[in-house]
Amino acid sequence: MRKDSNLDVLTKGILKENPVLVLILGTCPTLATTGTVDGAVGMGLAALAVLLCSNVFISLLRNIIPETMRIPCYIVIIAGFVTIVKLFVQAYLPDLYATLGVYLDLITVNCIILGRAEMFASKNPVVKSALDGIGMGIGFTIALTAMAIVREVLGNATFAGNSIAFLEPYKISFLTKAPGGLLVYGLLIALVYVITKGKAPLKKSFSCAGCPNAATCHTACTEKGDEQ
Amino acid sequence: MSKLSMSPHIHSGMSTGGIMLDVIIALLPAAVAGVVIFGLSALWVILTCVISCVALEALFTLIAKKPQSVKDLSAAVTGLLLALNLPANIPLWQCVVGSLFAIIVVKCLFGGLGQNVVNPAIAARVFMLVAFGSLAKAAFPVDAVAGATPLAPGATMPDLLTLFTGYYGGAIGETCSVALLVGGIYLVVRRVITWHNPVAFMGTVFVFSFLMEGYDPIKALSMVLCGGVVIGAIFMATDYTTSPPTPWGKVIFGIGCGLFTCLIRYFGSYPEGVSFAILFMNILTPYINRWTRHKVFGTGGAK
Repeated sequence: MRKDSNLDVLTKGILKENPVLVLILGTCPTLATTGTVDGAVGMGLAALAVLLCSNVFISLLRNIIPETMRIPCYIVIIAGFVTIVKLFVQAYLPDLYATLGVYLDLITVNCIILGRAEMFASKNPVVKSALDGIGMGIGFTIALTAMAIVREVLGNATFAGNSIAFLEPYKISFLTKAPGGLLVYGLLIALVYVITKGKAPLKKSFSCAGCPNAATCHTACTEKGDEQ
Repeated sequence: MSKLSMSPHIHSGMSTGGIMLDVIIALLPAAVAGVVIFGLSALWVILTCVISCVALEALFTLIAKKPQSVKDLSAAVTGLLLALNLPANIPLWQCVVGSLFAIIVVKCLFGGLGQNVVNPAIAARVFMLVAFGSLAKAAFPVDAVAGATPLAPGATMPDLLTLFTGYYGGAIGETCSVALLVGGIYLVVRRVITWHNPVAFMGTVFVFSFLMEGYDPIKALSMVLCGGVVIGAIFMATDYTTSPPTPWGKVIFGIGCGLFTCLIRYFGSYPEGVSFAILFMNILTPYINRWTRHKVFGTGGAK
């Protein structure tokens, strides 16, 4: 499989460059919406929809958007799609809308979506950007669902709202609270690190050109020196 | 050919296993007292915690392909300390979950003995307190009338003799102050610990309680003897990995523990604050170490 084949672009978001568990982006919705499986799946799919649309749109406009004004442009595009998704969820899935609350609006400033726009869609053609959006969105959904399953089953003895009777006396309600979320998140990151050891992207494989922190970054990397 | 080795060349003869064995010996009086006071259920809690801690550490080192570290007895000490901080009537599956948290999450995942950021037994106790909430309901001596722990709101404080002998509600190992003090003196004599930590800790609790309880020395002494201050000060606040190594660092650490214990007791929503205080000071230990660094010999100008 070539490094940048379409299949690779699609699948790298699932484990190898999982946005939540390897790139450590979008931690805020990850911690906030994984208390229940329903909320996690809903959040993941909503973000997937926004990510796909914004990646395609930004990729289409990548030669028009001026370099210096790119972040505001991305935010406006993303916010537009978030509004569409939000209105859809509000109209057709009112329960999910109530569960996710403000986190649905906060997809606008979700690091994953802005990060993929900056790192990928602004430099790649439309088809690849769409595949990248789908892959990253699926990776986000899988990570959220995995966390939510651990937290809801062990913490609340339910699965997607259905009671699991034999676990009822052994539930650890701590896991549904914020510190429990951080604990499960940390353990999952450790697990993925063990699985992908040697395969996870090294810092070097990110180019400094797309990094918003490049100007202030103190990491000594040759790449940065070459560009300046 | 002779082999060169790095200094220091004089070895005190102390080893991790030897130190841990001393700690276990020092904890035995408290464990025996706990079993006598709370009955056989206390023994089951102790056995469950010790066995699951040792087994989990052995299992983890096997799976992670690390050098086997069970022989240094540190897992056994963690299990024993954890058990002594739990009430005797706790369900045994919760003991296993607590041991799992102590050994796997707090200790092994951070790199094993000497690498853990916080004391595994304390962290597991706090985890169980938050996770199950059942620790708040203390067990009671087999032949005593049930009542709340002395620190619970509305409860009456037992007299000093009861506080020393331990016939009142609480965790297995925290009630019998005499047994704990005997263990503490043994550790100081064996030079496993120094007096700085426990004295600063208990002294701060005494002074703070003295001021809060209307300058009554008896009440202040009761506040020191009940609710885990003694076991915390002697056995938990002196953990090598998670407390400062220098004398001044130890004093600051002990005072901090005592201060936060009393702040939580008097102003917090939990009746007891020893484990939270030690956990908090564990996290501050690197900073205390930075303030109290030894002056390196030969540096600095003449005075």
